[in-house]
Amino acid sequence: MVRYVGKRLFYTLLLMLFVSLTVYFIFDLLPSDPARLGCVKGCPDSTVELNRIKLGLDVPVIEQWWRFILGLFQGRSYGTGDATFSCPAPALGYSWNRHACVTDVIKETFPVTLSLALGALFMWLALGVSLGILAARKKGKWQDKASTVFVLVGTSLPTFITGIMVVLFIVLQFNVVDPLEIGIWHSPFTDPVGWLQTFFFPCATLALAYAATYTRFTRSNVIEISQEDYIRTARAKGLSEKVILRKHTLRAAIAPIVTMAGMDFAALFGGAVITESIFSLNGLGKLSIKAVTETFDLPIIVATTLIASSFVVIMNLLVDIAYAYIDPRVRTK
Amino acid sequence: MSNFLEVQNLSVSFPTHDGLVKASNDVSFNVALGETLAIVGESGSGKSVSNLAVMGLHNPNSTVISGQAFLNLESGPIDVISAPAESVRKLRGKEMAMIFQDPMSALHPFYTVGDQIAEAWLLHNDGKKTDAIARATEMLNLVGIPDAHKRVNEFPHQFSGGMRQRVMIAMALVNNPSLLIADEPTTALDVTVQAQILQLLGKLQKELNMAIILITHDLGVVAEVADRVAVMYGGRIVEEGKVDDIFYNSAHPYTRGLLNSIPRVDKVGSHRLHAIPGQPPSLIALPKGCSFAARCEYKRFTQGSICNESVPALTVGTNGHSARCHLTPAQVVQHSLEIGTGA
Amino acid sequence: MSENILELHDLSKHFEINNKGIRREKGVVKAVDGVTFSVGKGETVGLVGESGCGKTTVGRTVMKLYEPTAGKMIFEGQDITNFSRKEMKPLRSRMQMIFQDPYSSLNPRHTVGSIIEASFDIHGIKPAGGVEAEIKLLLERVGLNPEHINRFPHEFSGGQRQRIGIARALALRPQLIVADEPVSALDVSIQAQVVNLLDDLQKELGLSYLFVAHDLSVVQHISDRVVVMYLGKVMEIAPTATLFDNPRHPYTKALLSAVPVPDPKIERTRERIVLQGDLPSPMNPPEGCVFNTRCWKAKDLCRTKAPAPVEIAPNQVLACHFPEGK
Repeated sequence: MVRYVGKRLFYTLLLMLFVSLTVYFIFDLLPSDPARLGCVKGCPDSTVELNRIKLGLDVPVIEQWWRFILGLFQGRSYGTGDATFSCPAPALGYSWNRHACVTDVIKETFPVTLSLALGALFMWLALGVSLGILAARKKGKWQDKASTVFVLVGTSLPTFITGIMVVLFIVLQFNVVDPLEIGIWHSPFTDPVGWLQTFFFPCATLALAYAATYTRFTRSNVIEISQEDYIRTARAKGLSEKVILRKHTLRAAIAPIVTMAGMDFAALFGGAVITESIFSLNGLGKLSIKAVTETFDLPIIVATTLIASSFVVIMNLLVDIAYAYIDPRVRTK
Repeated sequence: MSNFLEVQNLSVSFPTHDGLVKASNDVSFNVALGETLAIVGESGSGKSVSNLAVMGLHNPNSTVISGQAFLNLESGPIDVISAPAESVRKLRGKEMAMIFQDPMSALHPFYTVGDQIAEAWLLHNDGKKTDAIARATEMLNLVGIPDAHKRVNEFPHQFSGGMRQRVMIAMALVNNPSLLIADEPTTALDVTVQAQILQLLGKLQKELNMAIILITHDLGVVAEVADRVAVMYGGRIVEEGKVDDIFYNSAHPYTRGLLNSIPRVDKVGSHRLHAIPGQPPSLIALPKGCSFAARCEYKRFTQGSICNESVPALTVGTNGHSARCHLTPAQVVQHSLEIGTGA
Repeated sequence: MSENILELHDLSKHFEINNKGIRREKGVVKAVDGVTFSVGKGETVGLVGESGCGKTTVGRTVMKLYEPTAGKMIFEGQDITNFSRKEMKPLRSRMQMIFQDPYSSLNPRHTVGSIIEASFDIHGIKPAGGVEAEIKLLLERVGLNPEHINRFPHEFSGGQRQRIGIARALALRPQLIVADEPVSALDVSIQAQVVNLLDDLQKELGLSYLFVAHDLSVVQHISDRVVVMYLGKVMEIAPTATLFDNPRHPYTKALLSAVPVPDPKIERTRERIVLQGDLPSPMNPPEGCVFNTRCWKAKDLCRTKAPAPVEIAPNQVLACHFPEGK
């Protein structure tokens, strides 16, 4: 097992290096010239040349990438002459637009997305899995049918509809949160109430769609496992239905749910763009959208892409390890 | 020998999309401590369903049960059919236990073998986890698993089919039940492994003085282990008696037909098998009269169309040998010579 | 049996296991390892053994569903060992297979008629009188109602479905039929019907059968000769009566001893050999004779040297250093 983890870690690191290289290549292959894009009306050539140097595009792609990798460990300086700024390790780039090290920008926005993702994860698992179990236990009865309605509604309503409805009809209507406070970051460690106020509704909005999917999945999983021979054996031993559900059925049903949840969680780090926008949260999603549509801030775009893909790769590894922990058949011969 | 289990007029049916399935009708049988009763039948004969109902393993919401099944415990008899589900549950794994056909899927894949046996023990005994694991190791030894103290911490997928069935037996017997119901326990196993398992069950029965109900379709297995036999067809018991009576003096056309249609390793020769024509009846649309009538070659010896009109009663003969047929046992024996299916 | 319809010479089929996941497994499963026997024209050869003995793999390799790893296969005098799919195609109408599970071996979305018709389509054969008439004849021959030609498999019982499978196998008038456990999944009272049918068809059409099964009683009834396999190797081959009355190989003896006989008096008095231990893994067969770990007669020679199959009498082969009996 240790050997397996070690091997996977090594390959994961290799994969992340490869991903970063690919990102650089992709951006290099883009038809539009990033050095020009910042200008709305078109720039004189001298400005374009300067931009090129600022963005580090004056060297071949491989070297760009290598400088980036070095920057992660050593820190790096950007620009030339007087307009030189240096960022300490881990240096993810320099945003000329914001006049800030990308790392610092990420440091501000990452906790927001993390809070949103974690909060949503917790909510959708709690709601989805318990509703799924209830529907499975009461198969065919009204609780099951009600859950089906919930599943249909949850999966068909897009987040921008749910989000806006939540904001209009709950948040603003009942003044749950001071409108001026919407989207303001409070650290969960220093100001938990504030944190909760900011994140409760966005997390709930995001969680709704996922909860619906997980309800349906959990339900069918639990029903399928309840038909297994080993559940009948447990019953024959004299165990009560409650114990059977908890110790036998759920233990088996959890495995695929863990895998799914891990991957869904990772995807959120590409940015839950819509939710963040509706609730004015300064997260990675909002950050990357702005960088792409408004300012064309290449360093930011590169950084957010890398973070999103790295997260997926890492979660993949964690999920596999977790699965091996849950299902012994995967571990030993 | 006094009876430990007395089943009386047990009928089990459950609704399906296509109609009400009358899986077992008016089934009665007994089994005593130290005795092995084999219940023989093909698929759809009702043999498994009746025993699942005795164990309380049927689906309580959709199954309709009538009749009684008395467990004669030391504290007094209890009818497990009418008793509340909670009290029946307490008896499961303690006074009566069941093992099933497919050992490959009957154990939880995520828990060790020791944990699963320990769970059964802890349910009915006060003790710590360590005591339970020790007891589990003891049981594994008892059922002949080598290196029990090591294997007790292994997972089911690390055991072969035969070994898994032994684990199942260990788990079923950990609380010394008085009744073991074995539903086709060796059907999915190789024949040499089957021999080992049957030998093991025989040994354990002697040591623990258990009553065993062995459900099977294999008449060879019946001949090997049974003291008494109940033959089921179309949801009813059609013949019951001591094993020698059933094999050498059968009073029912179905049993005779079955005995004559199976090839035997000790009767080498290419005489044509005398097959029973037709197919088993549908349990949703059971015929009005005898459920075997459509395939019975003895029908022509009865009066008119009595076989199609009325279900014969189970007439009890000498020695506790009973048969459900409109012909008397003597008539069956006599006509069997004409049909050429005499033993 | 003037000529052989099928000959296997030292046939081997090995499967490689190369599992790179968390469970690192690397090795070779020698499912079939050096098997030699033949099936004569009009003969039924029973192939028996327990799980992991390789009998099913032999059946499938004969049908070229698996490519042999080593050895030779000769069908109707032609060496088909390395035949490509194209070369095999014209031969396929002459060798057919009947499968074990009547519930999963028929496509539930096709009618019975189209299932059988497919055989004609694939080989471009147009029977005189038309395909439909031919199919109806086939259905009748196997004991089914020809009017049911347009029904779907789920409308038939297990035994009837098996008959459909047999009809399909017979459609192209094959010479050899490989039957892989054809009655194991059927109820006891139906097994006899299907066994009789197979018997009748053989007499009527001069078919040769390779009958793969684990049920020795059925094999005994239908076979002319029996091949006993264990862990990929042949232990004994003999005419049926000889094998069952006087088994020479300890494994055959133990196997026969383990089969319960539906006769209580015999059961009470017979001598039983109960083998100890478990079947070794086919990935890790024992050194020397593959049976030595469970053989009560095993001596040092058995643990070091695998006994080669020896023809001890016409049509009788034995692979044992210290056989039973005379």
